[in-house]
Amino acid sequence: MNSLVIYIALLVLAGFVGYTVISKVPNTLHTPLMSGTNAIHGIVVLGGLLLMSESSGVLEKILLVIAVAFGTINVIGGFLVTDRMLEMFKAKDPPKPQETATEDDKQ
Amino acid sequence: MIATVFLQTTNFIDAAYIVAFALLIYGMTGLTGPRTAVRGNKIAAVGMAIAVVATLLRKGEFHGSGTVWLIILGVAIGTAVGVPAARRVHMTAMPQMVAMFNGVGGGAVALIAWVEYRHGFGGGYPLRVEIFELFGAIVGSISFWGSNIAFGKLQEILPGHPIKAPGSIQTVINLVLLLICVASAVILCAGTHSQALFILGILVAAAILGNMVVLPIGGADMPVVISLLNAFTGLSAAATGVALSNPVMIVAGMIVGASGTILTNLMAKAMNRSVPAIVAGGFGGAVAAPVGAAGATGGTVRTTSAQDVAIQLSYARLVVIAPGYGMAVAQAQHAVRELEVALEQKGVEVKYAIHPVAGRMPGHMNVLLAEANVPYDLLREMDDINPEFSRTDVTLVIGANDVTNPAAKNEPGSPIYGMPILEVDKSAAVVVLKRSMASGFAGIDNPLFYEPKTSLLFGDAKTSVSEITAEVQAL
Repeated sequence: MNSLVIYIALLVLAGFVGYTVISKVPNTLHTPLMSGTNAIHGIVVLGGLLLMSESSGVLEKILLVIAVAFGTINVIGGFLVTDRMLEMFKAKDPPKPQETATEDDKQ
Repeated sequence: MIATVFLQTTNFIDAAYIVAFALLIYGMTGLTGPRTAVRGNKIAAVGMAIAVVATLLRKGEFHGSGTVWLIILGVAIGTAVGVPAARRVHMTAMPQMVAMFNGVGGGAVALIAWVEYRHGFGGGYPLRVEIFELFGAIVGSISFWGSNIAFGKLQEILPGHPIKAPGSIQTVINLVLLLICVASAVILCAGTHSQALFILGILVAAAILGNMVVLPIGGADMPVVISLLNAFTGLSAAATGVALSNPVMIVAGMIVGASGTILTNLMAKAMNRSVPAIVAGGFGGAVAAPVGAAGATGGTVRTTSAQDVAIQLSYARLVVIAPGYGMAVAQAQHAVRELEVALEQKGVEVKYAIHPVAGRMPGHMNVLLAEANVPYDLLREMDDINPEFSRTDVTLVIGANDVTNPAAKNEPGSPIYGMPILEVDKSAAVVVLKRSMASGFAGIDNPLFYEPKTSLLFGDAKTSVSEITAEVQAL
């Protein structure tokens, strides 16, 4: 098999794996899922990294710096904001209405 | 020395890539439950880090003058923008944030394709590789510009109502733009001396197309649009991965593509609309006519006071809260949580009814309520809560409109007929918190408001809820 066929096979298989895994994500977590996938498509940063040393000319360099910056925003921003959000879902595992109530009384 | 050489071999880097995408997939499986999700996200982040480090280890990665510094510059800019944005964003602004993140991902893909063709790599490529690269360029560019418009609408920089050329002109323009993209792509594949020109043509045409596709879409359809653009960005990343022979990009891109596709379908189903119909646009505002008609037959509404609502709620056994976009706009989620706690202390059972398209993105309400510390077992999905409305004493509708509109079930002529709704009209009494009598985003009148069992409390959702809570506590 030539390598392109292998890559396309990988593409198809990854599509099925993705579909199976993501189908099990509950509605509650759909927003973190979206921001998490934002982080994951930040993988395009690799494209910028792969081409940087091969590019020539100022314009190409500028375009790739922007591409790397965009990818980095996705990766770092995406994982951070997802983590922040998921901590909120996890935080109140044992619900403590009392605590909130005392805060209310104080107000 | 030997170790360095080993780390740079393609075998090692390929192995690292495989570990990286395995971790990405494993991390995503963690998202199937709130308990495992934090860990899953961290595992995925480790996978991503491995993929980046492996790429940097490549032989010749830093070849050429200044390459190291350019890479550092790009990463530094990205970090400087991404970190504060992720730290500071309010949960109510998450739809905008996700729209922006979709956009930059697609933008990166488009830029990479641009560089590839400018540099003339294209000529050396086999045709089948070019097809993937060009697919990525078109879809990435559409996603970037479409996401910018979505961001503008959500951030209210642009008007939320549809902006549309009259009649079928819009569709014709869109088709022409798509045709320009495809034709330029074919020319590039066939081989031309002006590659730099044609790739630019593709990117510009796709950019205009991205703008034209999202501008006519109303705010209420945003959950579908954001999901769709998410899928686009993922697929364009995967296609670029094939063009660059990079397995991690392929797998990661396809996961995102699959996720976006699933969410798009779920959202479209929850609105009983087809994706093409939504993309064709013109939902909100375009259906102004039925508003007047239904309004005229609707009769009068009954208004109420915070005090009366408090009494009503305090003596109920089961109260269901149905939040919508209005709760997000008013940032009322913490006030709502306080009301819930106050009611629970009076022995009232409280549940939340979450419609899949309430808000502006999938799961929007869940995140807001999670931020306000509402335990997630109180959040009920539409199909679970609907049978419970018949034994509900009071349903409190907070800034939700179309998702509670019984016209979706009863009036075949209604534009939202057939859309699954929260059947709040089945509960014994309904209290609607609303800013004013203006119709919902879809511009459709809601017969629920005119029912004898419904009472309305006008005002800012946060203020109203806080007033009710104070009255409940005073009882």
